[in-house]
Amino acid sequence: MTVMSPAPPAKAARESSLVAPTSALAATWRSLRLGALRQVLLVGGISLGIAVLLTALTGRGLLNNVLYSCLIGLLCTLIVGLVRLGVAWIDDRLRARQSAPVTEAQAVGWRGALAGALLAMLIGPSMGMWLGDQVTGLRSPSLLDWGSAGARFTVVVSVLATVVCVVVIVAFERLAEVRTQAEAARRLAADNQLRLLQSQLEPHMLFNTLANLRVLVGLDPQRAQDMLDHLIAFLRSTLTASRSSTHSLATEFERLADYLALMAIRMGPRLRCQLDLPSDLRELPVPPLLLQPLVENAIKHGLEPHVQGGEIVVAARREGRQLVLTVRDTGVGLASMPPAMPPVLPGTGFGLAQVRERLATLHGSAATLSLEPDPGGLGGTLVTLRLPLPLPRSAIEETAT
Amino acid sequence: MNPAPRALIAEDEPLLAEGLRAELAAVWPALQVVASVGDGLSALAQTLSLRPEVCFFDIRMPGCSGLEAAQALAEDWPEATPLPLLVFVTAYDDHALQAFEAQAVDYLVKPLDRQRLAACVARLQARLQARPAARSAEQAPAGPGLAVADEGTLEQTLMQLRGLLAAAAGARAAPPRLAVIQAQVGALVHLVPVEEVLYFEAADKYVRVVTAEREHLIRASLRELLPQLDPAAFWQVHRGTVVQARAIRSARREESGKVTLTLKGRAETLTASRLYASLFKGM
Repeated sequence: MTVMSPAPPAKAARESSLVAPTSALAATWRSLRLGALRQVLLVGGISLGIAVLLTALTGRGLLNNVLYSCLIGLLCTLIVGLVRLGVAWIDDRLRARQSAPVTEAQAVGWRGALAGALLAMLIGPSMGMWLGDQVTGLRSPSLLDWGSAGARFTVVVSVLATVVCVVVIVAFERLAEVRTQAEAARRLAADNQLRLLQSQLEPHMLFNTLANLRVLVGLDPQRAQDMLDHLIAFLRSTLTASRSSTHSLATEFERLADYLALMAIRMGPRLRCQLDLPSDLRELPVPPLLLQPLVENAIKHGLEPHVQGGEIVVAARREGRQLVLTVRDTGVGLASMPPAMPPVLPGTGFGLAQVRERLATLHGSAATLSLEPDPGGLGGTLVTLRLPLPLPRSAIEETAT
Repeated sequence: MNPAPRALIAEDEPLLAEGLRAELAAVWPALQVVASVGDGLSALAQTLSLRPEVCFFDIRMPGCSGLEAAQALAEDWPEATPLPLLVFVTAYDDHALQAFEAQAVDYLVKPLDRQRLAACVARLQARLQARPAARSAEQAPAGPGLAVADEGTLEQTLMQLRGLLAAAAGARAAPPRLAVIQAQVGALVHLVPVEEVLYFEAADKYVRVVTAEREHLIRASLRELLPQLDPAAFWQVHRGTVVQARAIRSARREESGKVTLTLKGRAETLTASRLYASLFKGM
């Protein structure tokens, strides 16, 4: 028999901060490795260009110039890379000492590259010249001998070339990073879209509705036809909601009416519903199906588990400079979910989170969503959305077109 | 000769209940639908009082689910008569159910398909034929041989129900394990380490948390609590009781098929229902 023992969380977290994929060292190594070919091509190209320029200016042998400038270029590249790895390693040590929270580590960008470039400029040219001398058996003038024109030229060109290389390389890496992030963001958005669709085309909802329809076709063809119309409107709005950015509040209420009509046929006398939309608010633009997840929640978590069923009221009103939208039900209420143990039903929480997210994107902190026990009734839940009025000009223009 | 078989329909959507009744009337004219209820609690109460031979339980119902109603039914059903044949009805093909097609516990998928319903009815009829005269058990005890045969199918049904309940519990995302129970009394919160709990017992809207020294009430349901406990350490022995295996001193099998448990550190005994009696077997 196993006896439960609490996991040692502190140790686990500490260990995971040292695991390779989350360290700056690993991230830097990865970006160096991925960009290696580009770096070599870039450095080689610049070195060749410098050698050709040098030959044209001085008239000395091209082969030697190519050798020296390539050696200097590659040495500089090597130094920059090594220094970046070193800075990343120091970064990791520091973070481990501070036991900073483990987050996704990024490659050491400008800081490491700058330090590397400085060092490369200092020792790269001399080392390259020395190495070149070893190969050719010649004796180049010392670069410290500032009086020599060749030395001056070599130093200036090396510094310029190093700066250009570092700027280009880091810029490329940044670009790749931004691209990766954009890709991740796109994937997240697509994922959210899919989950929204899945939650609205939930198989229980769909097949139960079809089952009712199947019975109704035999019993009452006229009502079956009405139900089918509601289902078609519901499906169409669900599938096209992602394509338009806003629609009018009147349209929003019509879609809710379709959904509630379907549910009313399914639940029979257990569901009573009421929609209150004052005529002066009908044309206000709202994001499509903003209220849909709230009404679904009210039915799924409020009325469906309630043996007696209950009532659902969706209302809109103006309050000063705010548009207030409320969804209230007389179902089992929030109290049936003990606060100590959050509900673990699949799908719980996604609807609310999604509405909150859409509000935040559209209005920032000016819009709010609150969830509370229905103050008026016996149990039940009240969800209140508050949106600023007038709605942003951009939203209104989009509806006009 | 068997009298006309009787059925109960538990389905919260009125049109679907009506539809099933109409389809059954067409496919099985002899079947008499004695009650149609819309929630799990009524399904249990009505089945216990009307004792139909066949039950059609929707899985998602208010009150309690069809699976929970079946679990309670298996525990509270009187010994003398065979358990009703159970058919679960669901809108979505929960994969847990697929394993049970064509067995003692059958299932149907909504929208109903006439052919699938007919196949289900044929199986139900065959099983009823094989039974000893169903309601004669109340008037005269059935012969010993027949009773044994029926005992076998009961055990088979219970086994399937156990499998279904386990699968339904496993289908939910596993929440983190609970280490400490927080029991509030007024402004005071008692912290009870889970390993000190001898057993949990459902009591209306609360759960009694019993340790060797004292007991606490927490506002929760056993259904929510169960997935947060280590199944190797805490055994469900009844729909309303979860006991820590370490705390059980002995288990005595009663004639009714139930099992009486004595505990270390507590004087009271607990009862394990027929559904869970198989947990207690000699090694």
